Amino acid sequence: MDKRVTFKGWLLPVLLIFPQILISAVFFFYPAGQAVYQSLYIPDPFGLSTQFVGLGNFEYLLGDSYYRASFFTTALFSTLVTVVSMVPALFLAVLADRLIKGAGVYRTLLIWPYAVAPAVAGVLWLFMFNTRVGVVSWYLGQLGYDWNHVLNDGEAMGLVVVASSWGRISYNFLFFFAALQAVPRSVIEAAAIDGARFWRRFFTIVLPLLSPTTFFLLVVNIVYAFFETFGVIHTITSGGPQQATTILVYKVFSDGFVGQDLGSSAAQSVILLFVVGALTVVQFKFIEKRVHY
Amino acid sequence: MAGGSERTGMVESRGGSLWLTHVLMILGVLLIFFPIWLAFVASTVTQADLIKPPMPLLPGDHFLDNYKRALFAGVNVPVTTMLVNSLIMALGIAIGKIIISLLSAFAIVYFKFPGRSFFFWLIFITLMLPVEVRIVPTYEVIAGFGLLNSYSGLIFPLIASATATFLFRQFFMTIPDELAEAARVDGARPMRFFVDILLPMSRTNIAALFVILFIYGWNQYLWPLLITTDPSMNTIVMGLKQMFPSGDDFADWPVIMATSILAMIPPVIVVVSMQKLFIRGLVDSEK
Repeated sequence: MDKRVTFKGWLLPVLLIFPQILISAVFFFYPAGQAVYQSLYIPDPFGLSTQFVGLGNFEYLLGDSYYRASFFTTALFSTLVTVVSMVPALFLAVLADRLIKGAGVYRTLLIWPYAVAPAVAGVLWLFMFNTRVGVVSWYLGQLGYDWNHVLNDGEAMGLVVVASSWGRISYNFLFFFAALQAVPRSVIEAAAIDGARFWRRFFTIVLPLLSPTTFFLLVVNIVYAFFETFGVIHTITSGGPQQATTILVYKVFSDGFVGQDLGSSAAQSVILLFVVGALTVVQFKFIEKRVHY
Repeated sequence: MAGGSERTGMVESRGGSLWLTHVLMILGVLLIFFPIWLAFVASTVTQADLIKPPMPLLPGDHFLDNYKRALFAGVNVPVTTMLVNSLIMALGIAIGKIIISLLSAFAIVYFKFPGRSFFFWLIFITLMLPVEVRIVPTYEVIAGFGLLNSYSGLIFPLIASATATFLFRQFFMTIPDELAEAARVDGARPMRFFVDILLPMSRTNIAALFVILFIYGWNQYLWPLLITTDPSMNTIVMGLKQMFPSGDDFADWPVIMATSILAMIPPVIVVVSMQKLFIRGLVDSEK
């Protein structure tokens, strides 16, 4: 993977690469190092000195029922977000792919929500389900269903899942649509001649051909649900009620900044670092495979 | 959508099912749009219309009132100020990232120098560290430099990411060696080659990446929330939440919803108007 032709000299390339290395060092490596360092210490109550506790913070975390609950919450949340954002996207993409004219118009309309920030999406959904002014919660009330995501765990989870998935539907739609357009027509037509109806063709031929895209989106959406949904949760539930929507990233924030428990927050950062590492490895392994295809 | 005509063949397009497809598609689009529509309606009516549910589903006649109030008065700070802050942050991140990545990708691809692969791996590892997992220490670094409530503090921690560097590296690898060879034979200095040949050839890639990075910068939430304690430095996406009263008071919904519409307009314009570039950038940067 090297160029045959290269320029001579070492000072110029070092100067060229310097800005990126400097910024990475100051804002990535040093803070990451600090997180590892802080995770091994606990500060005294006055913040004057710190005491080395080895893996004490980790031990404490793993024994902490709130932290374990947060792991479970994160797993549930990211599974739901992945499903709720991928299934409708695939459905819409299949519809758009059936259209010969007009698919472009629908695509233009459908990419809007992708541009809406998660935090703004949170406010939009909060507005619809607000217990006092929300129009959806009001109609639910008329149907005899008393909606209150401020008190009810399940409703809070449902609301943050839907608000987080909403913009992702656009994203997944774009990838599914592109993949569907790339499915060879000859294969589909052969199946059609053999008498396979639309849904049968879809499940036996199209869906298997989409599996690289589906797997890619699966990983990317899990990463999204883990790390990019902070804005939704902070605007809608602030992790509540009673931590029912406190995912791991939210807990790093609330323990570190609100609770000022630096040792624990740092240890949580380190654990998350391993999670990101694992997800990245999965992603790259997959990309390698796809290259060999 | 090349090959559209061959797709009219054997498969589908019987009249009835085509209509059904359109109907389902329109229903889907309406459903997806509903939250935005409601926000827009709420931004054109009065508070009195909203606190007595159900709210109207068609726009009222207070559009100008509400938007004027949001833009020039706001809740903590006029929304105009937040829009300017967001614009500076988004442009700073997009442009800064593109510049440092172009330079480092050029160094990695076109030079052989000691430590090259070491630097390459150093950049590669930063792919794995989203800002969310190192917030406390990064906050301490920024506070240590006295950069809280500053544009530098908003921008710099977010411009180092390996994605853009990889994209440019990938692209530079596809440029024929003959171009660099010819430049070298002509005695052109490396920077001449970079400016006269590499940059013009990268135009589309730069534009596609700009769209993605602008939205990334505009939509940041956690980082501005931490480092801008002064309302006059708030960005619009994080400032929106700050407009809600902390107690049991009624939020000023018409102004808040006008602000949320204003917060989504710039990224939506960028995405819709540069749709082709955007989709290309998306597919490239995620590969």
